[in-house]
Amino acid sequence: QESQASGLPEYIKIVEVGPRDGLQNEKVIVPTDIKIELINRLSRTGLPVIEATSFVSSKWVPQMADHKEVMKGIERHPGVQYPVLTPNLQGFHSAIAAGATEVSVFGAASESFSKININCSIEESLEKFEEVTKSARNMDIPVRGYVSCALGCPYEGNIMPAKVAEVSKRLYSMGCYEISLGDTIGVGTPGSMKRMLEAVMKEIPLSALAVHCHDTYGQALANILTAIQMGVAVVDSSVAGLGGCPYAKGATGNVATEDVIYMLNGLGINTGVNLYAVMEAGNFICTALNKKTNSKVAQASFSTGTI
Amino acid sequence: ASGALPKKVKVVEVGPRDGLQNEKNIVPTAVKIDLINMLSETGLQVIEATSFVSPKWVPQMADHTEVMQGIHKFPGISYPVLTPNLRGFQAAVAAGAKEVSVFGAASELFTKKNINCSIQESLEMFDEVMAAARTANIPVRGYVSCVLGCPYEGKISAAKVAEVSKKMYSMGCYEISLGDTIGVGTPGSMKEMLAAVMKEVPVGALAVHCHDTYGQALANILVALQMGVSVVDASVAGLGGCPYAQGASGNVATEDLVYMLNGLGIHTGVDLQKLMDTGTFICNALNRRTNSKVSQASCRL
Repeated sequence: QESQASGLPEYIKIVEVGPRDGLQNEKVIVPTDIKIELINRLSRTGLPVIEATSFVSSKWVPQMADHKEVMKGIERHPGVQYPVLTPNLQGFHSAIAAGATEVSVFGAASESFSKININCSIEESLEKFEEVTKSARNMDIPVRGYVSCALGCPYEGNIMPAKVAEVSKRLYSMGCYEISLGDTIGVGTPGSMKRMLEAVMKEIPLSALAVHCHDTYGQALANILTAIQMGVAVVDSSVAGLGGCPYAKGATGNVATEDVIYMLNGLGINTGVNLYAVMEAGNFICTALNKKTNSKVAQASFSTGTI
Repeated sequence: ASGALPKKVKVVEVGPRDGLQNEKNIVPTAVKIDLINMLSETGLQVIEATSFVSPKWVPQMADHTEVMQGIHKFPGISYPVLTPNLRGFQAAVAAGAKEVSVFGAASELFTKKNINCSIQESLEMFDEVMAAARTANIPVRGYVSCVLGCPYEGKISAAKVAEVSKKMYSMGCYEISLGDTIGVGTPGSMKEMLAAVMKEVPVGALAVHCHDTYGQALANILVALQMGVSVVDASVAGLGGCPYAQGASGNVATEDLVYMLNGLGIHTGVDLQKLMDTGTFICNALNRRTNSKVSQASCRL
């Protein structure tokens, strides 16, 4: 009732990106069985969506080279989705063959970022994605679309909200059921988040929007709060805040799932996720990676002996 | 939930006192003075300089007189100091202080454990300070600790926070800084607490002092701003851990706060680069990494 009275969504779907976005951006590569164990543990926390791996060429992303083994090795809990990244038709076919039942494609709101990251223009990348969405439609496979650099680009700097809206609209029109707007370098603030969402919301229904905030400048939770105040009800996050920022050495990247859930719990918003279970999964993977958690909630909870 | 944001926010820098007091390493007096002098050049208008508490209790602030006398007092900048009682107040004024702060709490257990008396008894001590301050024309800022939770009592009722705030405001404190001492608050509890306090104290006299122990500080501050609060406490480099959760962070970093306010188009008068440089300076002196994410991200080492 508390969330309703405040105009916030009653329920927020958390999309857990730790096993893919998180692990892909960690210094240490973990063995396949650790990845599988992590995903299995996350499957028991109540998380409704867990991004499992990426069917990108292992030449580009060696950390995800074991995508087939991971896909085949994980427990598939009923009611939980396990989307995988597929940059093109080839990756898509590979993913389906390995048992994937949902895929994601990654666009960007910046030409420079697109060129440097995947060596083609935004338009060319959208054409590739269209091949994926066409095949996916035939096979009844849902496709999620990501838009990177939604609040700023490491090469271009400021990004126009209109450009984000344009790319989002293209992805949505070609059949992506959900568009995840990513603050890839974490430079956004509640100010730029609001302006960007206002522009995108003119083109895409609210219920099809998600935010993917990076905490590189400590702004993630404030940005997420702004988004949910505007009605966004899907939030991406990464257990233990796995995944640094490849554009700012030593800086943090993904926002920690634990910290997001703590905030949503405090707002009376239902997520269906057990915070303690996520903290334990976070503890597991940090031990395996031999690193400290990036989640402040986990840090504080371990320190006070709550865990 | 989204009200109009203030056009200006006054940032109250608590690094040299609240920050340093809660750091493992103690820095020499000269470094404290340099820190405050550097902060004075960033555009900050209020810099909490030190604490006139007995060095038996707070050895990190034992050099309070030297610090107060050693810093360059820039015109237009206020350098408040903590004064727990009349004796501390008198020592502070003798050392040149022109503004003081008193620390109350919304939790009986916290008050007992921290200063060994009840809330009522602590307010009586402050009354003595208020009377002396009024005579000397010295403004007094009131802090209320544990406004969103207590390490001993757990949940704290918003009504209790409102009651203590009202008392301190009525006593003559010109501003009440509401402190989430253990950082457990969320935008939900912040909103509820402020709604209660705002019934008793005008919003123009309110400040928030958020700890980032659970990563919630900026989100909590955002909600406070949306409700009309325009004074925010922060600590350069996020100095000052949490004494109740070992290894966990404490104060929100001034750099991260200013970054957010800049992004919202809210005027602070603070130069972020100079602030980051000051943070680098004190972290080197303390031999520690910064707690500011903005600083971390901006350092391309």
